Amino acid sequence: MGRASSKEDAGALFHSLRSAYAATPLNLKIIDLYVGFSIFTALIQVVYMAIVGSFPFNSFLSGVLSCVGTAVLAVCLRIQVNKENKEFKDLPPERAFADFVLCNLVLHLVIMNFLG
Amino acid sequence: MAAPETSTAAVPTLYTNNTLRNAFGGVLSFFILLLIGVMAFSIRLFSVIKYESVIHEFDPYFNYRVTQFLAKNGIYEFWNWFDDRTWYPLGRVIGGTVYPGLTLTAGTIWWLLNSLNIPLSVETVCVFTAPIFSAFASWATFLLTKEVKGTGAGLTAAALLAMVPSYISRSVAGSYDNEAVAIFALIFTFYLYIKTLNTGSLFYATLNSIAYFYMVCSWGGYTFIINLIPMHVLLCIVTGRFSSRLYIAYAPLVVLGTLLAALVPVVGFNAVMTSEHFASFLVFIILHVVAFVYYIKGILSPKMFKVAVTLVVSVGLAVCCAVIAVLIALVASSPTKGWSGRSLSLLDPTYASKYIPIIASVSEHQPPTWPSYFMDINVLAFLVPAGIIACFSPLSDSSSFVVLYIATSVYFSGVMVRLMLVFAPAACITSGIALSQSFDVFTRSIKFQLPGISSNTEVDAAETSSATAEAQNDAVKTEKSEETSKNRPSKKSKKKEKEEKPSTKAKAEKRLLALPLDSSVISLLLLILLGAFYVVHCVWAAAEAYSAPSIVLTSRSHDGLHVFDDFREAYGWLRHNTDVDDKVASWWDYGYQTTAMANRTVIVDNNTWNNTHIATVGTAMSSPEKAAWEIFHSLDVKYVLVVFGGLVGYPSDDINKFLWMVRIGGGVFPHIKEPDYLRDGQYRIDSQATPTMLNCLMYKLSYYRFVETDGKGFDRVRQTEIGKKHFKLTHFEEVFTTHHWMVRIYKLKPPKNRIRGKTKKSKSQKTSSTSSRGKRSGSGKKNPWQ
Repeated sequence: MGRASSKEDAGALFHSLRSAYAATPLNLKIIDLYVGFSIFTALIQVVYMAIVGSFPFNSFLSGVLSCVGTAVLAVCLRIQVNKENKEFKDLPPERAFADFVLCNLVLHLVIMNFLG
Repeated sequence: MAAPETSTAAVPTLYTNNTLRNAFGGVLSFFILLLIGVMAFSIRLFSVIKYESVIHEFDPYFNYRVTQFLAKNGIYEFWNWFDDRTWYPLGRVIGGTVYPGLTLTAGTIWWLLNSLNIPLSVETVCVFTAPIFSAFASWATFLLTKEVKGTGAGLTAAALLAMVPSYISRSVAGSYDNEAVAIFALIFTFYLYIKTLNTGSLFYATLNSIAYFYMVCSWGGYTFIINLIPMHVLLCIVTGRFSSRLYIAYAPLVVLGTLLAALVPVVGFNAVMTSEHFASFLVFIILHVVAFVYYIKGILSPKMFKVAVTLVVSVGLAVCCAVIAVLIALVASSPTKGWSGRSLSLLDPTYASKYIPIIASVSEHQPPTWPSYFMDINVLAFLVPAGIIACFSPLSDSSSFVVLYIATSVYFSGVMVRLMLVFAPAACITSGIALSQSFDVFTRSIKFQLPGISSNTEVDAAETSSATAEAQNDAVKTEKSEETSKNRPSKKSKKKEKEEKPSTKAKAEKRLLALPLDSSVISLLLLILLGAFYVVHCVWAAAEAYSAPSIVLTSRSHDGLHVFDDFREAYGWLRHNTDVDDKVASWWDYGYQTTAMANRTVIVDNNTWNNTHIATVGTAMSSPEKAAWEIFHSLDVKYVLVVFGGLVGYPSDDINKFLWMVRIGGGVFPHIKEPDYLRDGQYRIDSQATPTMLNCLMYKLSYYRFVETDGKGFDRVRQTEIGKKHFKLTHFEEVFTTHHWMVRIYKLKPPKNRIRGKTKKSKSQKTSSTSSRGKRSGSGKKNPWQ
């Protein structure tokens, strides 16, 4: 009985998650998609390394960390752009995006140097 | 700022009054900061004035040589430089084993000045790099403390840091070592972290990562940053202060910081593989989990959230345990659990003395004595507890960081005296906070009680009382300020802060909490007196204790000042009287100076990366002459250099360091046994010394012909007469002894072409005519080398 109720609970949980998520604005959903994409790319790289071996370790490291890095920066952007966030209500979204671009620039400069 | 709720006619004047006061305060702060920078620079110039503009100690000579190379050959050669003039015959990859921050900084300054046609030599730039960066460090302290508590505290902390003796000791003009720029990088990185935490701006997060990169380039102590910041993040999460600004402050730093750290060749892949960095990854994961939990909590109803929690906990726990088990297995498989030797000796102070005698032998790695705390941070030792309490009174993210910083740095400073340097900025910050708070209280009390001052009464109930109580309990004499001339300006700038506070505080209960006028005035005067004591002590410490270049020694006697310039004399002799490719063997202390000043190849130097090679030299110094000759000959050594202080009473000579030669040599070569050299558990060189001691190379090279100086051979350092006074050297010949006998250089005798009597074994047992004279070295065998 516990298991059935927990299954129902799980179902109800997924439904409520889905409906709550559908209510988020479009720009945030795009950012979430981007985060998911970069995490997925990082996972592919890790699987590839598991198959082929990690010989140029610096290349592997820079590849994975660039994916993780842009994901993290996109999450920061999402935090700053989210209208429900009261701490950032007087930060114009253009400024947030400009910071995001700058940080990405520095990140990818380092990546390209480290890629070998 | 808010105009008070008076009549409209009064509003414009008050408004302009406020802006005028603020502008005045801003300009005054700027000039105060400028003066603090000048003071920080000039207090470090004592050694240049008393001696000359010369590079001090041992390690700076290596950095100086590397900077010379960089200036001459450019940066590509520098990155790829393989140095074949040290650690002969192994060599050293300089590009991959040196922290390049300091040399690149000085090289850039030199290049910049020369391209502006200001022809400063590389040596001048190297000597003065440290004072310049200490001025920058005090400005960075101002910025950091301003983020935590405000401008008044910032100025006080900056002034304290400019003068604190602990920092002066490692950054005088001439001390061209990593800490000179690393402390500035440390404080600046912390400032940018706190700024990001306070503002939540990604721009400052980027700057934070770049400042962290500069710190990684400069010093191995960067592991302190990459462990302290995760600890602080964990503290914030655990105490319920998680916010999105915390995420923005920490997550980009980890990713960008790890990448940037991996860029520096010295660190390389250690940035992801050693235990020193695991804390940052662990907290990174924890932070993401917590952020995700908060996000889900935000979009779900509470009932659903409970369901989610039970589901996740049951599934996630199993996965978590599996991952943690794998991780533990990985870490436990390495014998040091993934930590490097130096870091492990910080966590377990007894580790080095058991396993790695070289780390234990460095004098900077010993634990500090109690008086050294008072010598190095003086009055701040009393003020730090008051500052910690002031940080709690309102507890914000930044003040919790300061408390954590000081707690960890106190622990590490207790383990290793060199890390008092990391403790000094924390002490200055907390003391600055304490001082400015107490100064606040007293001046405000005076202002209340003096008739006719503006009626703009402010509040500050509980925190002032607690700060006052603590400050007063800490003995009234523990207040201070900088110079008397700075009192009024800082008072005014703090008054401005008071003006702003009523607008932000609730206009509820305003309780006047003022101390009696006379006690406030007396306390203020005692504050100033304490400040005077601090300043006097700092100037004395800088002038007398920490400005010795240690390559030139002086002593005062009844007939004036004696200067002992023996080291440079010896290196100069080597430079001018030996071939360029000759190898010089000495104890590792003098390696850097020999390569930099004498320009000769050495066997071991201060980098101490190869324990076996050092043990070889140590064994040679502890062996009898013939065995030592064999060892040195196998290393192609031509000259042996020995430092001897017995004639003038110089205590840091090689005989005093001899116990380390025996221990390190004995650690690798078991035929060197320490008890052979000890009589009653002590190393002795007088008549009671053991025969092994009297026959070893170090004894002979130090005391050869010493009896000719005063007829009795009285060693001023050990305060006894030496044991064996008349002996001859069979395998070495003396080529140079400096003026005060402090450095003695010997040459290896070449092997003879013909060896007499070697085939006739029976005759070799008789003592020949060569041993009929005086006391010989105890062996009756025929000597083929004479």
